[in-house]
Amino acid sequence: MSTQSPESIQTLVLQTLSANGSIPDSRELIVDGRALNTPEDQGAVRGVLDSLQSKEMIEYKQITTTSFTLTEEGKTINENGSHEIRVWKVLPVKGQGEPVTVQELQKLVGPDVAKVGQSRAFKNKWIAKDGAGFVRAVSSPSDETADQLREINEKGDHAGGESVTKELQKRKLIQPKKHIHYSVTKGSKFSTEVKQLETDLTADMLQSGAWKDSSFKQYNFAATGQPTDGGALHPLLKVREEFRNIFFDMGFTEMPTNRFVESAFWNFDAMFVPQQHPAREMQDTFYVKDPVKALQPDPEYYERVRKIHEEGGYGSIGYRAPFSREEGEKLVLRTHTTAVSTAMLYELANQKGGFKPAKMYSIDRVFRNETADATHLAEFHQVEGVVADYNITLGNLIAFMQEFFAKTGNHKLRFKPAYNPYTEPSMEVFSWHEGLGKWIEIANSGIFRPEMLEPMGLPKGVRVLGWGMSLERPTMIKYKISDIRTLVGHKTDLDQVKKRPAVRLEKGDD
Amino acid sequence: MRPQVVRATRLVGRRFNSSSSSSSSSSSSPLNNPNVQKAVEGAQKAYNQTAATVKKVAGPLGERVGSALGGYREPLVYNSKVVASVAKQVWQAEKLSPPLDTAVWARAYSQIWSRASNLGYWRDLLKTGAWAGLGVAPTITVDKDELYRRLEREYTTHEFDELCFDFGVELDEDTTKDVEEARAKGLPTPPPQLKIEIPANRYDLLCLEGLARSLRIFLQKEQPPTYTLSVPDKLQEVYVEASTSPLRPYFASAILRLSRPMNQLEYESFIDLQDKLHQNLCRQRKFVAIGTHDLDTIEGPFRYMCKDPKKIKFAPLNKDQEYTAEELMGVYETDRHLGRYLNIIRDAPAYPIIYDSKDRVLSMPPIINSQHSKIIAGKTKNIFIDTTATDKTKLDIVINMISTMFAEYTEIPFTIEPVKIIMPDGSSHLSPPLAPRPTTASSSYINAATGLTHTREEICTLLTRMSLTASPSTSDADALDVQVPPTRPDILHECDIMEDAAIAYGFNNLPQSMPTTNTVAKAFPVNRLGDLIRKECAMAGWIEALPLILCSHDENFAWLNRPDPGHYAIHLANPKSLEYQVVRTSLLPGMLKTVRENKALALPMKIFECSDVAIQDPKSERQSKNYRRLCAVYMDKKSGFEVTHGLLDRVMQVLGVPFLEKRESSGKYGYYIASSEDPTYLPGRAASVYYRPKPNVQPTEPTPSGPSSEGPLSTIASTLKSALPSSAEEGIPWSRDIIIGSLGILHPTVLNNFELTRPCSSLEIDVEPLL
Repeated sequence: MSTQSPESIQTLVLQTLSANGSIPDSRELIVDGRALNTPEDQGAVRGVLDSLQSKEMIEYKQITTTSFTLTEEGKTINENGSHEIRVWKVLPVKGQGEPVTVQELQKLVGPDVAKVGQSRAFKNKWIAKDGAGFVRAVSSPSDETADQLREINEKGDHAGGESVTKELQKRKLIQPKKHIHYSVTKGSKFSTEVKQLETDLTADMLQSGAWKDSSFKQYNFAATGQPTDGGALHPLLKVREEFRNIFFDMGFTEMPTNRFVESAFWNFDAMFVPQQHPAREMQDTFYVKDPVKALQPDPEYYERVRKIHEEGGYGSIGYRAPFSREEGEKLVLRTHTTAVSTAMLYELANQKGGFKPAKMYSIDRVFRNETADATHLAEFHQVEGVVADYNITLGNLIAFMQEFFAKTGNHKLRFKPAYNPYTEPSMEVFSWHEGLGKWIEIANSGIFRPEMLEPMGLPKGVRVLGWGMSLERPTMIKYKISDIRTLVGHKTDLDQVKKRPAVRLEKGDD
Repeated sequence: MRPQVVRATRLVGRRFNSSSSSSSSSSSSPLNNPNVQKAVEGAQKAYNQTAATVKKVAGPLGERVGSALGGYREPLVYNSKVVASVAKQVWQAEKLSPPLDTAVWARAYSQIWSRASNLGYWRDLLKTGAWAGLGVAPTITVDKDELYRRLEREYTTHEFDELCFDFGVELDEDTTKDVEEARAKGLPTPPPQLKIEIPANRYDLLCLEGLARSLRIFLQKEQPPTYTLSVPDKLQEVYVEASTSPLRPYFASAILRLSRPMNQLEYESFIDLQDKLHQNLCRQRKFVAIGTHDLDTIEGPFRYMCKDPKKIKFAPLNKDQEYTAEELMGVYETDRHLGRYLNIIRDAPAYPIIYDSKDRVLSMPPIINSQHSKIIAGKTKNIFIDTTATDKTKLDIVINMISTMFAEYTEIPFTIEPVKIIMPDGSSHLSPPLAPRPTTASSSYINAATGLTHTREEICTLLTRMSLTASPSTSDADALDVQVPPTRPDILHECDIMEDAAIAYGFNNLPQSMPTTNTVAKAFPVNRLGDLIRKECAMAGWIEALPLILCSHDENFAWLNRPDPGHYAIHLANPKSLEYQVVRTSLLPGMLKTVRENKALALPMKIFECSDVAIQDPKSERQSKNYRRLCAVYMDKKSGFEVTHGLLDRVMQVLGVPFLEKRESSGKYGYYIASSEDPTYLPGRAASVYYRPKPNVQPTEPTPSGPSSEGPLSTIASTLKSALPSSAEEGIPWSRDIIIGSLGILHPTVLNNFELTRPCSSLEIDVEPLL
């Protein structure tokens, strides 16, 4: 049995509407002498009705009805009678035979029928107890269940309505089946002629002028468009670009941070980090075993650095702790890009023509000897800015932080005194995070110590302010990422790389 | 520093707690809870067994600590703080018993992290619990009521947090709420505590006495005290013998004659300060070690010497039996607290030891005190402090800290009895070196650096609030005479004094103004070029990956079918993980790992990266050089060689580099590819990328393929080369061509090494020659 072609159904629908004005029940449509009353037929009808409705030629309503079919158990009862009648049948009339015991009953009708049938027959008062067994209590019971099932089997429903069908459903004798059909009326643009609708404007239509007479199919504006097929930049590096732009807006020169390996001299000593500082211990810093050691820096500068650590100078008492050349010769993976800033400040002091005020920044990878987990990676990006000029004040640093972080959407800042071996004063920058309802630390900042700057040869009146933060943290907050490994490293989800929204730092966090 | 739990164990087995800390005293301590004890032991055991595992597991709690250079803290610290707090909250909230083994730790953390992705959950946590203090700075725990009593004021948590913020310490946690909840349920609980993070250079704030004193001065409730040495009828003497050099030659001492024996709270604070100093400034007793004794059990003069370990014999703290020093090394070998200090002296021929006049041992620094001289809380009235050191500066700081912090309990407050130290050369001096350090500070400098316009007197008032005694100089109209007390060894320079003035004034009150520095922005050319290329790649439909720079040696070499030419890659000395053995010399391994982790992505997969590799460079000071490279990998059912090749063409097109077709082309400038033999690629499907620079332009060197040969042979070769007539002049067009990279279909063995089952093609080129 094949369903009818859409064209023939369409013609039938339109002609029936034209003749009768409406179609109350689509199952009554007749094609080639056959009613379209199967679910498949109605599915085909639905397709046609949708198409006609989209052209506003008709309107239709969906009507859902329910019919019932017998379950396997229901069919058995329909054929053999209900369990209770089967039980009744095998029992003797009282006094006309030996009462049947439970065990015997199970043998006679089977355990399943016996159990259900006995209890229902007893409830109906068809049977009664007689000694250790059962006997009949009525002469001719009417098997209502079997009668109901018979009617349902024939008509798909019962005249008794829900009270009957619900009970039978509960007994798992019948199951409902949903039927869908449609009632159809004429639409505003009803016609027995169907006009071909266009889906898109084509070059041919433009050329031929056919577009003037064309009608266009309704467009589903609720659907999404076709995905674009371009590539994507990594979200973290998009945040990097945001920061770069902020730095450029503020007149900063980018420092050449293309140097992963530093000597401990530049990474620590030159920055006035004492040789006994815990950060220099093996467990925190990646030391390099091949190549073995760094070449010597400018010997005069080296001597000035040694002296400030060991003996003091430039108004400082120094650390007065042993200072070893070997310690400074060790090669490390830079633990901070401040090592590069330090080298750049040294160059600034020793450039041709002498010191000139400068603003410099960098954003690049730094390394810490960590075992990776959700919050730790051995590599992350440090954002760093320095401003070197005569007569810089702590008030300048604070104002600068306000200005800089306002551009990243942080408008409410406060500053906490902190300790850092190479800056004094040192300030932790806190920002009010509306989403978290909390002050969160967003950066560290300070004015570099004279013990770091003066041995470089920077003039005494020059002060250098600096601040640093990681790139990952604002990115993680921005994108609500809780596992850093999904952001940096080979475990990055490339699908997310494509789908992350653009960064607009100035808008702040949600 | 270690994870918190591990740190807690130190309380149990501290070396120099010369006491029989009466057991009732710490009944309130969580350490007496057998479950906590078990947990602590479990964590410690696991730590010893598999340090790496626990570091990973307990990482957020402790691993960061101490590494962040005191400043510029990255998100990891932030997150570790959050996690630590979260961990605690979860355990408390869910009434979980503390974890007993590593597996439980691991599970707990993963649980916590799965919750942590929910913003609301964070917010709730952050509202209720302060962040656990595990930054670089040490965290101290003080009794809240006692601190507020000393500050003569009750603070709300918020108010006290603000005070801490202004002063430059950080309130990590106020346990009041937890304690109240526990009390409401009738559970035994210690009194409310405050956990406060102290800057790493402020040893004078590491105990309740010092913190309270400094805050009182800050709040102008008292003037900075003057610490003085008493003049006893008879000085105690310590003879330092020559045998202590060079192992541990420095010695300092002090005597505290208390007005009454310390109570339990004070005594615990006294022990805790020693512990904090040992762990921080003393670097696990390596630089300095502290011993404290009941002076009434010993008699001077004392002798500090080094002696044959076989001939040292005494009963160490908490043991009744006597051992030789040699035997003690065995006894403490497996001791998880003292074991780690043994290597400071183990291999020395003679061990440091301190005797009294009756040959009774006081202590064997830096390992253990004697049982005989131990301090008993509630009983000991006169305390003798010994400190031994390898570093004179730190020794002075330590003896001053221990004696000044507790000097408020002496008969005459802030008066310390000196000890005469007689050095091997016969010279002698009094210890501790309490005298304030006189220095000067320029008021105009302080005003200029802070942006203030204060008079000298006003600045002096500010400095007094920071425990510095200052007065306008009478000889110099600009100068301030500043007395740096023995409690403030962090003051190295005028700038430290300037900072103190700024803190007292309030950072957030300072007049703000933008610096007037007028500069023009400039990009680093390599980054500018890199960004241009990155954007073109993305526009061409490729997705940017961001793999790590560190990788394993195999990933970098063997897995790419490349030999290690030696002295080429940068090898790490101490990685915690085998994943990090070398700095990559190629971008390819990271890209292939990224492909491996993203197999579920729809094909074709097209990824790229433009970033640095590093190669050894014997000529440069840091012995290494970075090279900016571009790498792209294509994966599909077919290798897509032509697609990858197309990306190369596109990049060159955008950079205006003409295509030369082949080597023999007469073009003066451009690029071409030519077949090559490269085991990374499928034979016959490998090509080198050649670049012909513009005439008279010396391009930036591309990544070298092997170690740079500095030998005499290469010098001769290059000399010869430069002496010979240039081949370019002879009309060979390719004489100046350089190889800047390669492309090809990846060899199936390479694919297999990276667990890839679909064909891939790749491209990797240097971009700096294209500058």
